[in-house]
Amino acid sequence: MELKPETLAEIEEAIPKYPEKRSAVMPLLHAIQKDQGLLTNEAAEWVAGKLGLEAIQVLAVITFYPFFRQHRIGKRHIRVCRTLSCAMAGGAKVCDKMLSEFDTGLNEISPDGEVTVEFAECLASCGSAPVMLVDDELHENLDEEKAKAICDQIKSEAVEV
Amino acid sequence: MAIHPREQRIILKYADEPGYTPDIDCYVRHGGYEMLKKAVGMDKQTICDEVKNSQLRGRGGAGFPAGVKWSFVDRKSGKPVYMVCNCDESEPGTFKDRQIVHKDPHQLIEGIMISCFATDCAKAFIYIREEMPEGAKILEQAIKEAKEKNFVGDDILGSGYSCEIVVHRGAAAYICGEETGLIESLEGKRANPRIKPPYFPAALGLYMCPTIVNNVETLCNVKHILEMGAEEYAKIGRPNNTGTRIWCVSGGVKRPGYYEVAGITLGELVYDICGGPKEGRTIKAIIPGGSSMKILKNGERFKGKDRDGNEYDWGIEDIPLDYDGIAAAGSMSGSGGMMVLDDSVEIPVALANLMAFYSHESCGQCTPCREGSLWLKKITTRMVHGEARPEDVDLLRSVADQIEGRTICAFGFAVAWPVQSYLDKFEDEFREFAQRHSHLGGDRTAAKELACNH
Repeated sequence: MELKPETLAEIEEAIPKYPEKRSAVMPLLHAIQKDQGLLTNEAAEWVAGKLGLEAIQVLAVITFYPFFRQHRIGKRHIRVCRTLSCAMAGGAKVCDKMLSEFDTGLNEISPDGEVTVEFAECLASCGSAPVMLVDDELHENLDEEKAKAICDQIKSEAVEV
Repeated sequence: MAIHPREQRIILKYADEPGYTPDIDCYVRHGGYEMLKKAVGMDKQTICDEVKNSQLRGRGGAGFPAGVKWSFVDRKSGKPVYMVCNCDESEPGTFKDRQIVHKDPHQLIEGIMISCFATDCAKAFIYIREEMPEGAKILEQAIKEAKEKNFVGDDILGSGYSCEIVVHRGAAAYICGEETGLIESLEGKRANPRIKPPYFPAALGLYMCPTIVNNVETLCNVKHILEMGAEEYAKIGRPNNTGTRIWCVSGGVKRPGYYEVAGITLGELVYDICGGPKEGRTIKAIIPGGSSMKILKNGERFKGKDRDGNEYDWGIEDIPLDYDGIAAAGSMSGSGGMMVLDDSVEIPVALANLMAFYSHESCGQCTPCREGSLWLKKITTRMVHGEARPEDVDLLRSVADQIEGRTICAFGFAVAWPVQSYLDKFEDEFREFAQRHSHLGGDRTAAKELACNH
């Protein structure tokens, strides 16, 4: 497993922050997932070696937390909130719009490889429902029109790269 | 967001002021860190006493008195004491900590540092949920700035007291908001909550050391208690319900949002401040304190006797908007996340939405919760999909009753209470719904969209 120098630096910085090394499992997994796009068994073994743990102890963490994944996703990670306040405000229609714009299904990689659209549980922004996260960015007060604009934006950024 | 004239803003005083920025210079210009400077010159026990006397109660959910919680910390163990700020804001309907972290992060840091100094904590952690990546960055930056000015780190303001703050990001698991689950997660494990006793955080918390776990809003209040003095602070709101609370209102109202208020009624919040139901709609029910709390039905009378023996008979709008008021109406103020359900919402469908949430979020260690939440999802989902069975309404109650009180942590209550209370208040609607949805066919689009549990 080849990690970028900045990922390795982030890892070295994270470990001494904690009184016990094992606490650094999650920060390390965050860093590696960002670097690699997913968390393989090799990654689990690498983290275990780094922190003096058994690989199964790391794998137990990876498989518990919904954000950690063992599969690839599209270049952009889209998470539409599905919980009650967003659902009352039309979250399902927003999600459908995202799926149809990218000609894809829920939790799949779109045919152009650009996105994976998922439902997320409450994103803690219920007052501006419905909302979604596109990677690290929160989009609020959505409707189908705004969802379309976000899709167009993602597509235009994809062309530029 | 515009500040409503009925609000009494203390915690969010500056958050929405034009030109107010999250950097330390802006915070200091507005009097920031003055209370930390004062605190480090004070006797630690005096600060703890002030917090206790203020009657500040936890803003995260259970409403336990914060000063009492601090006093439980085991001082005789000889082990370090840890402070954990619970910023895993995940209770559906709640979005108050987000406002503080994004707009006024230094207020939180000052609150944490005063609290850490007072309780002699060796280290502080802020556990922030993964879905707030921007918030985590803002906190990291704020801590860096505070360290440069010696408000965090070694020998704080020459007091001889040292304390670091570590920002720890979650990974999208709701159960990390439960304090012992959070501690397990912080230790680098699955967030399976611990059984109490013996694992009360105050005695056997993080790394089996005494640990204080406080919510973001709770810790911010400490600064203001020091500023006003416990006596003045306790004059805000009602006795045993002191201070302001940030209420988050979502769903069927004209002006959803967050509002910091004290001493008002539920009706004043929902009708006066939030503008009441949307045009052409009426309010059917209100979930008062996050999705786990028991539902309040509009039109119902809430009767009983208060502590002083006085009888009350309230409509939903008369309920005092605080811990004791909502408790007297048979529910809880929880995290302050209020969801308003108007007459367009079918209660069984709302339940189907929430059961998908709870079955997804059960940590899985207790069988009644793991299996029960999944069955509650299956039953409510099949009702929405036109496959309701004659026994389903009774089955829902039976499953919920078998979860409640039979689990290690309070998640068992959180999953059972919506089911039990929706059935208590809306049983006829459930039976009618089950009848109507006992066969395939018909347009089910709206119900499926609200249940939203593909």
